Amino acid sequence: MIINHPLLGPRDAAEFVYLGDASLMVRPDWQDENAAEKFYQYMYLRDNPAGRQRELWYHEQGDRSWLIVTRDTTTHEISSVELARDVALAGKGK
Amino acid sequence: MSHYSAFSIFRNALSGNRHWPRVWRNPHPKPSYDVVIVGAGGHGLATAYYLAKEHGIHNVAVIEKGWLGGGNTVRNTTIVRSNYMMPGNTMFYERSMKLWENLSQDINYNVMFSQRGQYNLCHSPGQMDTARRRGNIMRANGIDAELFDRAEVQRRLPYLDYSPNARFPIHGAIYQSRAGTARHDAVAWGYARAADRQGVDIIQQCEVTGYLRDGDRITGVETTRGPIRAGKVGLAVAGHTGHLAAMAGLRLPIETHVLQAFVTEPLKPMVDTVISFGAAHFYVSQSDKGGLVLGGDLDGYNSYAQRGGLPMVEHTLASAKALMPSVSRLKLLRHWAGVMDMSMDGSPFITKTSVDGLYLNGGWCYGRFKATPASGWCYAHLLAKDEPHTHAAEFRLDRLARGAMIDEKGVGAQPNLH
Repeated sequence: MIINHPLLGPRDAAEFVYLGDASLMVRPDWQDENAAEKFYQYMYLRDNPAGRQRELWYHEQGDRSWLIVTRDTTTHEISSVELARDVALAGKGK
Repeated sequence: MSHYSAFSIFRNALSGNRHWPRVWRNPHPKPSYDVVIVGAGGHGLATAYYLAKEHGIHNVAVIEKGWLGGGNTVRNTTIVRSNYMMPGNTMFYERSMKLWENLSQDINYNVMFSQRGQYNLCHSPGQMDTARRRGNIMRANGIDAELFDRAEVQRRLPYLDYSPNARFPIHGAIYQSRAGTARHDAVAWGYARAADRQGVDIIQQCEVTGYLRDGDRITGVETTRGPIRAGKVGLAVAGHTGHLAAMAGLRLPIETHVLQAFVTEPLKPMVDTVISFGAAHFYVSQSDKGGLVLGGDLDGYNSYAQRGGLPMVEHTLASAKALMPSVSRLKLLRHWAGVMDMSMDGSPFITKTSVDGLYLNGGWCYGRFKATPASGWCYAHLLAKDEPHTHAAEFRLDRLARGAMIDEKGVGAQPNLH
């Protein structure tokens, strides 16, 4: 699998570490009334779609940036790659 | 439905083996059953068999999208062992081992269970300490375990790399002599035949497309062969647990990952046991046909594709060569991948769900094959009595919310690391 890094161009997926669903970027508020329940859902529950998924990849053996890769879990086809930083700054992490 | 015996082989041989009956029926779905099990793999079929045999519930259907035993039951490395040390796992897998030991007699079908032993190699003093601890926990629970030093491992497994150039020096191994392998197809076929003889309907090429509901309660399944009503619906669908649960409105602590395995060209007898490498995720045994069966680690990213990538092929073969340099010129004959329902703590679920009438058997990670008999045994108990079996009491969905993870490897809520 080749991940088209926004800054470095096409890189082998073996250079990256996989974390999981991109919704992990949006951590619940610990002062929230239902914080315990929200953290349970955040930490343990997953949509686990058979199809397109936005997911977090870390370029450990490269520039150490976090990427959001949109990938189809049934075909492994990658449709978009963004810097997680850009997505977070634009406030559309979810 | 004839009973298999030496006499039946003799009798059929006299008539040229032309009169063997079909091994199981191919029935049309009835409008309604007491229990419908989704997924005719080893676990689903074993559940149906024990429901009928142990609990007297014969009005059971096992429905299957493809053909029976066509998924992970035949996409594994057929290893059976019970060397677990976390409370909740230990006695469950030992129960499974005890069922394996008598399975061929019980279901009147030779599953070719071969207790050839399994070595977990240790490559550092620290790993030896961990192995000693694991062995002590196993023995305290009445499970066999032996710790061998380097010299003993070298005597027993002379073909591993003990040279000064070995990438990872072998310090010793922990050994379970009752562990081994079984014939994966025979497990699915044997349970299918045994369940069928108990009156269970096995309905193949019948995909679940939705659930029948009565208010909040699930009362059956919509399928490609029409609606089937059921007192209880039990899922046993491995990697596809996620979207069958999603149809019922559940989010689960499960991710679907892909795991690869390989078979080499056949060799004369060489590896007469099961060996797990301690320095990387790699395990090897030799099939009865002579091929070395090699297994590795997950590819590491969510996938439903039933095919893996080349980096893990390289990792597995590099591990094989580091452990057994003599295999370096072997050719691979076959290569396959299965989709695993990886849970958040690496341990499974046999549980009721928050939806009335829907039960879950899943999250097996890559421990599914060895668990087949006990999984069926405990799931049947749950479906029949509505309360968990003692040996599966910790496999409830709420354990994560309670902070009671069963994390055998100690890596936390990161499914691709288990």
